[in-house]
Amino acid sequence: MTTIKLFPLVGAFAENKDLAREIRLNNLVPALEKGEEVTLDFEGVDSATQSFIHALISDLIRKYGDEAIDKISFKSCSETVQKIITIVIDYMQESR
Amino acid sequence: MKVHIPNSAFLGNIDPFLRGIDPNDPERLIITANKKWISIHPMALSMIASMGLTIDASKIECEKLEARSKHYLERMGLFKFLGVDSGIKITEHEPAGRFVPLTQIKDSDALTKFITEVTPLLHLEPKHAEPIRYIMSELIRNVLEHSLSVHGAIVSAQYHPKSNTIRIGIADTGVGIWKTINQSYNPKDDLEAIQLSLMPGVTGTTRKEGGTEFNAGAGLFFIKSIATVNSDFFVLYSGRGMYKLLKRKSERIKLHADPFMDRHSKKNDLPSWQGTVVGIDFSLNATKEFSSLLDMIRKTYTEAVKERKQARYRRPKFI
Repeated sequence: MTTIKLFPLVGAFAENKDLAREIRLNNLVPALEKGEEVTLDFEGVDSATQSFIHALISDLIRKYGDEAIDKISFKSCSETVQKIITIVIDYMQESR
Repeated sequence: MKVHIPNSAFLGNIDPFLRGIDPNDPERLIITANKKWISIHPMALSMIASMGLTIDASKIECEKLEARSKHYLERMGLFKFLGVDSGIKITEHEPAGRFVPLTQIKDSDALTKFITEVTPLLHLEPKHAEPIRYIMSELIRNVLEHSLSVHGAIVSAQYHPKSNTIRIGIADTGVGIWKTINQSYNPKDDLEAIQLSLMPGVTGTTRKEGGTEFNAGAGLFFIKSIATVNSDFFVLYSGRGMYKLLKRKSERIKLHADPFMDRHSKKNDLPSWQGTVVGIDFSLNATKEFSSLLDMIRKTYTEAVKERKQARYRRPKFI
């Protein structure tokens, strides 16, 4: 199990897509490649943009399908962050 | 180029200001202004500052301002941007709670710094700060990613006490929406490109549903939706096209994937703006929480994808 704490990386407002991509490529992809489960810990992150969440997880759903959704857990999300994650995941599933 | 600063140019009545811009002779900029009063939206300010960045300060002629409210332009930093001495003397006020002076943002790190600083600067309650920083971040990031402008994004904002709104203007002098959207679609003109750019799931980077790893084609749709729910003005101007979301007349809120289904006005014959400009008024009287707005967006967004997929279904051939 890998846990990634986002607040130290992106701050209270997660909007920097470049950082989202770095986290995906450097942390999420290697963990999923090893078949590990991953927890994205949003403690301290009070909001995020749709663009950030899309850059963080959409390509994983495209590449790994439902396995990515099953293996990633989202911890301590604010209501806004939860809703944006849901929008992005719904959208990626509708798009398949 | 010529631009006239009128006595009043807000999003509701900005069309004559836009129509009065003369884009000819791009090597020079001549600025004239109303003699009695100047009261203009940050969108107009950001546009004038952007125009100034494309040419040498020695080629900018700005007539001596006489209007009583001329100090506003100085305080917003317009003449610093233009490299022109206005001769206006002001006592610099701490900008907190009132305005965000013209700011140039050229990269992602500068954007993150700006967003961090701008929220306390506007002294907003969390329920207002959340959508405002969202709007600013997504709009400026659009410029950084798609405009290809060497000058980046020019941003300004102002609190307007009478209407209790935060007015935001963002301009760039990049390639414009038509060129960006035309990478994947074939819009016949600027207005159709603007229409496509506001539709959920449409991005210039791909025609594939789901977008690319980096772009979903949802940014402008989200922002137009925030404006729709709040019943705010939202203006998008690029090339010769302009789309203006008008205030809602009915109490019933309905989000549309197609911006032309919303209450709006549009133009396709304005002086050509080389780049893209966005203006938005955010009402602080808004009562909807950002999270309840996201519920509405989610529904419209996924329905739009479903509809587009269904439109591509092969149909049985009955003979």
